Order: sequence, then C-alpha cells, then structure tokens
Amino acid sequence: MARYTGYLAPLRNHIDTFSTPFYWVANIPQQVTDWFDRNIVSRQSLIEENQRLVKESLIQRAELQRMDALASENSRLRALMNSSELLKDKVLIAELIGISPDPKVHKVIVNKGRKDGVYVGQAVLDAFGLMGQVVVATYHTAEVLFITDDSHAIPVQINRNNVRTVIEGIGDLYQLRLRYVPSTMDIVEGDVLVSSGLGGRFPAGYPVATVDSVNHDPGKSFASVYARPTAQLNRSRHVLLVFSDNDINTDIVESDIVGSEQ
Amino acid sequence: MRWLIAVSIILVLLLSVIPLPFVWQQWRPEFMALLVIYWATYSPDYFGVFMAWVSGILLDVVELLPLGYHSLGLIIIAYLANLAYQRIRSYALWQQAVWVFILVGIYQLLCNWVSGLMNKPIETNEFLIAAVFTAFLWPLWVMTFRMIRIRFRIP
Repeated sequence: MARYTGYLAPLRNHIDTFSTPFYWVANIPQQVTDWFDRNIVSRQSLIEENQRLVKESLIQRAELQRMDALASENSRLRALMNSSELLKDKVLIAELIGISPDPKVHKVIVNKGRKDGVYVGQAVLDAFGLMGQVVVATYHTAEVLFITDDSHAIPVQINRNNVRTVIEGIGDLYQLRLRYVPSTMDIVEGDVLVSSGLGGRFPAGYPVATVDSVNHDPGKSFASVYARPTAQLNRSRHVLLVFSDNDINTDIVESDIVGSEQ
Repeated sequence: MRWLIAVSIILVLLLSVIPLPFVWQQWRPEFMALLVIYWATYSPDYFGVFMAWVSGILLDVVELLPLGYHSLGLIIIAYLANLAYQRIRSYALWQQAVWVFILVGIYQLLCNWVSGLMNKPIETNEFLIAAVFTAFLWPLWVMTFRMIRIRFRIP
C-alpha cells in the first residue's frame, strides 16, 4: 500500500518518529565505546596525534590557498563565459545512529531531522564521495537511502570526457552498475564518475564511483560496466548533508545553451 | 501478563535494530517470530492473530519497511501456533525447537515473497541460517520466560 500509493505518506512521516527512540537506545553501546575511545587515551598518543594533525593542517592550508586561487580563477572564467558564479554548497554534519536491519535495504538513519532543516531529496556525502539521499525526514532524524540500494539510480558523467550516463545500485554495498552503456562509449577501467547534477536532485561534481570492470559482449547490445562507490558506505560514521541551490545549475545550463547559439 | 507481553515486544523491537555489520545482518535471529510463537503457544488466551498483527506493524515501523511486510507472516504463524498449542506444549523443548524452525521458515518464506513483490533480490539459502539460529534460541527463550513467570507469579 505504502509502496503503490501516496495516501499513507503523511501518516508514515509521523509514525516513523516512533522508531527514533529504538535506534537511540540501540546506539548507546556504540556511544559508550566512543566515549571511552575519546577520553581514555595515553598522553603520548595524544601528543603524537596532535603533531600529526598540525602537520596535516599545514599541508592542507597550503593546498587550500592554491584551491582559493583556482576557485577565483574559475569564477572569473565563468564570468567571462557569461554564466553565474558557482556558489559553495552549504553542508550540515550528521552522525549515523542506525542502519536498516533488513540486509536487502541499504538505508541508514542519521541524527538530524526536519528541525535542522533536512528535507526529502537532500544529497548525503562523506569525505570520499556521494553516499545517497534523504528519503524520509522526521522531526529528529532522517532516513538516508544509499546509492547501492537496488531501487536507486543517479545521473553521472565520466570525469575524463564528460560523457553522461546513469548508474544504479544492485543491492551490493561494493558494486554499482552502469545501465545502457553503448559498446562504442569511451569508458575504461579506473574512470572516475562524478554526479552530473542533471535531474536537479544531486549537486554536480561530487565523485560517485570508479569504474571496476568494462566488458563488451558482442552478443549483447549494451556493454556490462560495473563500478565501485568511492564513499565508504559501511565505515563512515559522520556524513554531510548538502544544501544545494538548484537554480545555480539551471542558470549555467541555460547560459551554456545561449552561448552555443551565438 | 499484559505488561509482560508489552515489555517483551519492546525488548524484541530493540533487539531487531541493534546495529550489526551489513554482512552479518542476514544471520540475525527472527526475534519477533520467536516472541509470537512463544506467546501464541504458551498464552493463547492473551495472544492471538490480532496481537501478532499489531506486533508485526510495530516491527515494520521500526525497521522502516512498508507497513504489513512482517504482519502477513506473523499472523499466519500465530494462527498455526494457536491451532497446535495443546500438542506442542507437551513435547520436549528440542522437539518444540524443530516446530519453531518450521514456523520461522514459513514466516521467512512469506517475507521473501513480499520482498519479491517489491523487486528486491531474494536470498537463496541464507535465510535458513537465521531460521536455525532462531530455533536454537527457543529453549533459552522458553526457560527465561518460565523463570520470569515463576518469579512474578504470572500464570
């Protein structure tokens, strides 16, 4: 019923709040071990970690300066091309408090909900790439559907040559499948696939997967291509919820069309 | 009696969402099926098909699945357990465990059937592992509840 009609959707949003306390309680042991990990550490290891972090921060600050220069150059070039400036996406950091108990459903629950401005359809990232999208937002929590779930597909493009395609989950945490890849398409192992922003749901330019295997079977009309998600779907405890501004993307696309007509 | 049923349902809901790594999830015992079989066999006056349906809906809400996913299987095994409780209760615990294995197998068959309607991939043999674990848990479960019921003088 809930799958075929939308009548129960508002009801569903309210009763899902009922599930929140169970996930909170089930997460307590994890939080206790986290607390011990944070608080019971030797002085020596703290000093070592501190030194490592200082070094890392220095390196990253240097890289950031270069990035700043590149970003401003990029926006200047975009201004030259008559399109609006790409704004930085706003993000919200959330913590994972539960995973779907059903192994066939790749869904997790995070501890940010409607009260933090989370909305249905919001993209979710970790430090390595795109993880999925919010499918249900209750008041305190949100359910995130992973890109590997077999009901999920996302428009991507190959970073190397900007060819657009669609990648879908097959219910395997380490594999995604590219659908309808013509045998003539330029795609090789190791290609990085980034979100293309088409469809307006996901922000453009985030890494999604790297191509694992490309197999051209002469007997079939499409090549079978598999990719591995770059996000660490079963390891990340902290995720980023992106607030993207879809108008910007459509602006660029429109002005690109105008530019090509001239 | 009623509070014990309520508390056990809440505990089982909690056990059903304790986080496990993705690869271990298919081995999680079906605690709710165990609970329904236990109550429908040992207190058929208090726990019948309706209560099985209610606990199934609660499990669906907590496990974020379409409403009715678990209820269908649970009402059928509650009905079967209610039909046979007089005979089953006179068996030894390990013989009851075989009966539990069969009921949980039926329950998982129905759940997998619903999964199939949702175009989910169907696990072939793995779901039997969970059924075996559930059957192994049965003697432990019955003995625990026997102790609780003697301690709190619940008939």
